[in-house]
Amino acid sequence: MGEIGILTVSECTDGALDAISAELLGAARKLADELGQKVATVIIGSGVGDAGKDAVAYGADEVYVADDAKYANYQPEAYAAVVQQAAKDLSPAIILAGQTSIGRDLAPRVAFKLQTGLSTDCISLKLDAGRMIMSRAVYGGNAMADYVSESDPQMATVRVKSQEALAKDDSRSGDVKTIAADADIKTAFIEKVTEEVTGIKLEDADVVVCGGRGIGSEEGFEPLNELAKMLHGAVGATRPPCDNGWIASTQQIGLTGKIVSPTLYFGIALSGASQHIAGCSGAKNIVAINKDDEANIFNVAHYGVVGDYKKILPALIAKVKELG
Amino acid sequence: MNIVVCCKQVPDPEAPPASFKIDAAANKVAPAPGVNQVISPFDEQAIEAALRIKDGQESTVRVISMGTDLVSDVVKKPLAMGADELYLIQDEALNDGDGISTAYALATAIKKIGEYDLIICGRQAADWDVGQTGVGIAEELGIACVTVAKKVEVVDGKVRVERVVADGYEVVEVPLPAVVTVSNELGEPRYATLKGIMGAAKKQATVMSAADIGADTAKTGKAGAKSKLLKLYIPVREGKCEMIEAEDPAEAGALLAQKLREAKVL
Repeated sequence: MGEIGILTVSECTDGALDAISAELLGAARKLADELGQKVATVIIGSGVGDAGKDAVAYGADEVYVADDAKYANYQPEAYAAVVQQAAKDLSPAIILAGQTSIGRDLAPRVAFKLQTGLSTDCISLKLDAGRMIMSRAVYGGNAMADYVSESDPQMATVRVKSQEALAKDDSRSGDVKTIAADADIKTAFIEKVTEEVTGIKLEDADVVVCGGRGIGSEEGFEPLNELAKMLHGAVGATRPPCDNGWIASTQQIGLTGKIVSPTLYFGIALSGASQHIAGCSGAKNIVAINKDDEANIFNVAHYGVVGDYKKILPALIAKVKELG
Repeated sequence: MNIVVCCKQVPDPEAPPASFKIDAAANKVAPAPGVNQVISPFDEQAIEAALRIKDGQESTVRVISMGTDLVSDVVKKPLAMGADELYLIQDEALNDGDGISTAYALATAIKKIGEYDLIICGRQAADWDVGQTGVGIAEELGIACVTVAKKVEVVDGKVRVERVVADGYEVVEVPLPAVVTVSNELGEPRYATLKGIMGAAKKQATVMSAADIGADTAKTGKAGAKSKLLKLYIPVREGKCEMIEAEDPAEAGALLAQKLREAKVL
C-alpha cells in the first residue's frame, strides 16, 4: 500500500463515531482500494473516546485525533486549522467531509485556504482516469451535475445516507495518532440550544409521516401525529409548515433540512417539489395523499390516493387497527 | 452600519419540476416559458436580515447582484423592500464561476463599492445549491463568517448569530466586519410597500464591469474556477405509482391500509 490517497473528516458524538463518518470511510475505502492508496481520517472533538478505534474498524488505515476541551463545540477556525494541518502533513489526493451542520461550514473554509475546488452535497463519487467524478443535485434537485476538480486536493462533501458504511471489523489494524494546530480564533461560541422534539428521531425513524403546505395549521397535523404514533414513526414536514410555525423547524425534510430514508414514507398534502424530494427519495416505499392528482409527488410515489387527507387518514388508521 | 447584501437572480425554484428543461449540449438550463426570474429565496431572507438591523439602527444597505441578463424589476426588488443602493456587476467574464471564482469577484466588488461592516448572503443559491460563496467572501476579505443563521443581531461592534444545526441552534459571536449567511428559519421576508416600489423605480442601479471593480479576469468566472462541470442531466425516476381508486375517501383510506399490509410494508 502506498501513500495517503484519501483523508476523511470524521465527526463524533459522546465518544462514538457518527454514522456519516462511517459512510465516508466506506466511500473512501472503495476509492482508495481502486487507487492502491491508504485512507486516513481526522477526528476533532473533546473526549473522542473510542471513535479512533471505531474509525479503523470502519476502514481507516491512519487516524489523526485532535482531542481537546477547546474542540467540545464546533469552532470553525480551530477545526479548519486541524484539517488544513492534516492536509499539509499527508498531502492527500482527495478530502471528504459530510454534508452536515459541521461539514457544510468547515469544508468550504478548508477549500478556500487550500485554494482548491469543492463539490458540496455529493451523492455519488467515482474514479475516471484517476480523477474523482462527483455527482450532485442542482436546481433544487431538478437536475444532476457531474463535476471534476482541476486542482488538488480534490474535495467533496457527501450527503448523509448516500454512501454505504463497511461492516464494522474490529480485527482491522491501523494507527491512531494525535494532531494539533494553532488557529486565529474569530468566532466565540456562546451556547447551544437543543430544540429536538420528543419521541423517535426523524433521521432514525422507520416510518415517516410528512405534511406539506396543504396541512394548513398546527391542528392539521393531528391525524399525522396519530398515524406516526401508531406506527412508531416520526412526523416531518416540508418547508412551508416549518416557516409558518405549525411544526418545529428541526422537522424539515429536504435539501436544506433532514435527509430521511425510512421503510415507509407518507407524503401528505405536499406537492413534491424537487427540494423536498431530495430529502426523502431514499425511502423504500412512498405513499402520496393529495387532493391534486397532478401533484409531482405522484411521480415519485409507489402508492397514491387522490383526496382529502382529513377524511382518508382516520379511515386508514381505523383499518390498520382492525388488521392488528 | 454599512451592510452589503449579495443577491442572485435565479429561475423561480417554485416552478413545477415538469417545466424544468436543460440544454444538454451547452450544459446549461434552458429558459422555459412561464418560468419567471426571481431573487434566490435565501437571498431575500438576507435582505430581510439586513432590514431588521436597519429597523433598529442607522444603516445603509447596499445590494450587489452579479450576472448577465438581469431583469430590472427582479433585481430592484430589494430596493422596493427597503434597501438603499443597488450595484449590478455585469460581465461575461464573471459568468459560470465556481465557489472560489465567484467569491473572489464578489469580494473584489464589495471592496470597491465602499466601507463594509456586515456582509449578508443566502446560505446557498437556488440554482446551483453550492453554499460556498459566503465563506469564500470572508476568506477573501480575511474576516469572520457565520453560516446558516436564523437570527442576526449587531451588539457593541459584534454580530451575534443564532446558527441552525440539526437538533437546534448555536449562539455565536464574531467581531465586525463579518459575513453571515442566512437560512429560511430566519422567517418570511417583508413585502415591498407601494411607496417602496415607487421609490425603487426612481432609483438608478450602478452598473459595473469586471474592469470597473478591478477584478483580475484570470481569477473570475469560468477561467478562475477550480471545479469543472462535466455534465448536466435530468435524473431518471422509474416511479410507477399504484393509484388507489375508491368510491369515497374513507374507503380509499381502508383500501390503502390493506394494500400496504399485502405488500408487507405495514
